[in-house]
Amino acid sequence: MSQPVTVTDGDWDEEVLQSDVPVLVDFWAEWCGPCRQVHPVLEEIAAEKSGDLKVAKLNVDENPETARSYKVMSIPTLMVFQKGREQKRIVGARGKGQLLGELSDIA
Amino acid sequence: MSQTTETVAIIGSGPAALSAALYAARADLQPVVYEGREAGGQLMLTTDVENYPGFPEGILGPQLISEMRKQAERFGARPISADVESVDFTQGSPFSLTVRGEEIAAQAVIISTGATARWLGLDNEQRLLGRGVSSCATCDGFFFRDKELVVVGGGDSAMEEATFLTKFASKVTVVHRRKELRASKIMQDRAFANDKIEFEWNAQVVDVLGEDSVEGVVLADTETDQQRTLRTDGLFVAIGHDPTTSLFSGQIELDEQGYILVDEPRTHTNVPGVFAAGDVVDTIYRQAVTAAGTGARAAIDAERWLEEQAVAAS
Repeated sequence: MSQPVTVTDGDWDEEVLQSDVPVLVDFWAEWCGPCRQVHPVLEEIAAEKSGDLKVAKLNVDENPETARSYKVMSIPTLMVFQKGREQKRIVGARGKGQLLGELSDIA
Repeated sequence: MSQTTETVAIIGSGPAALSAALYAARADLQPVVYEGREAGGQLMLTTDVENYPGFPEGILGPQLISEMRKQAERFGARPISADVESVDFTQGSPFSLTVRGEEIAAQAVIISTGATARWLGLDNEQRLLGRGVSSCATCDGFFFRDKELVVVGGGDSAMEEATFLTKFASKVTVVHRRKELRASKIMQDRAFANDKIEFEWNAQVVDVLGEDSVEGVVLADTETDQQRTLRTDGLFVAIGHDPTTSLFSGQIELDEQGYILVDEPRTHTNVPGVFAAGDVVDTIYRQAVTAAGTGARAAIDAERWLEEQAVAAS
């Protein structure tokens, strides 16, 4: 059973861009109410997609550089990276069913 | 095939749903609460709630919700973080709800699905969502340090957002389609007293400009129809809410705007055994405390209705 991993500005390259499997990154912060709504959904997805999809969380408060370089201006923002490239960007909280639907072409 | 029948199913997760859950739980009805994807409701998008009694120093919206949930759970309410996908009220009680593809039966249902933020309805607004367009100042204000922002709306939530955003932004322009605000006196005074807030009266946002991120908005004067461009780095939309009732259309009686019709001051809908409370029925007040009040009423109505059914059946 996989769980979401925490990524930072420091290990972004290694953990996300160089990952062998697609990575779903959750840009979030402590003070963002809707971000909390997404966390349990991501935990379930991480467990179910174990091996096919890596789920990562990036705290924008503590890691402003990455958020800035991808022009994240709203949270929660979920982004999918595949072979180092941004494949998808989902802005705003989603339910599990809806999110899985939007990810169906990835993993 | 064994299927459990819930006594009371509550759909929603804001103050109305959680007060209903608290009252129903204390009546030993062991309510199940389907919280859905926007768990916590609109309070999750606020910061300090200063008008909920019992908290003289104010309380953070998400914390208020979390305390309400704990209080309901203490008496046996069961919150479940799943959306109700469909309902079937046509056969009467027990009612059928579909949750995660599974059918659930419930003797009584309390609907407190609240309201969802309204958008302007412009193509470029949706295109630039998350790239400068937002409906959540507390979430996204952080990204606009020393930037200029536009807030659309004239109510309490618009004033709250504008005031909050001045913590980050160098300037906030409130665009309102009338020449006076709908917001409460205290919220107006606070906004007027804030040096960073300016007002554009009798103006409507008719387009959002920018390729990769918001660069400006097009304003139209509501009297002369004249258009002009206002440079801005972000657009926060706070023009009100619509009741979240698409799940129930054709199942219970709604008014023209989609609000659930109830037998005021009671919370009965036109379907016996289905009750509604909170912003989903409220066209006037829409406060956390009024929502909590109607939630309590709905639980008491449901409890009495269930008792009457039990007496009739015996």
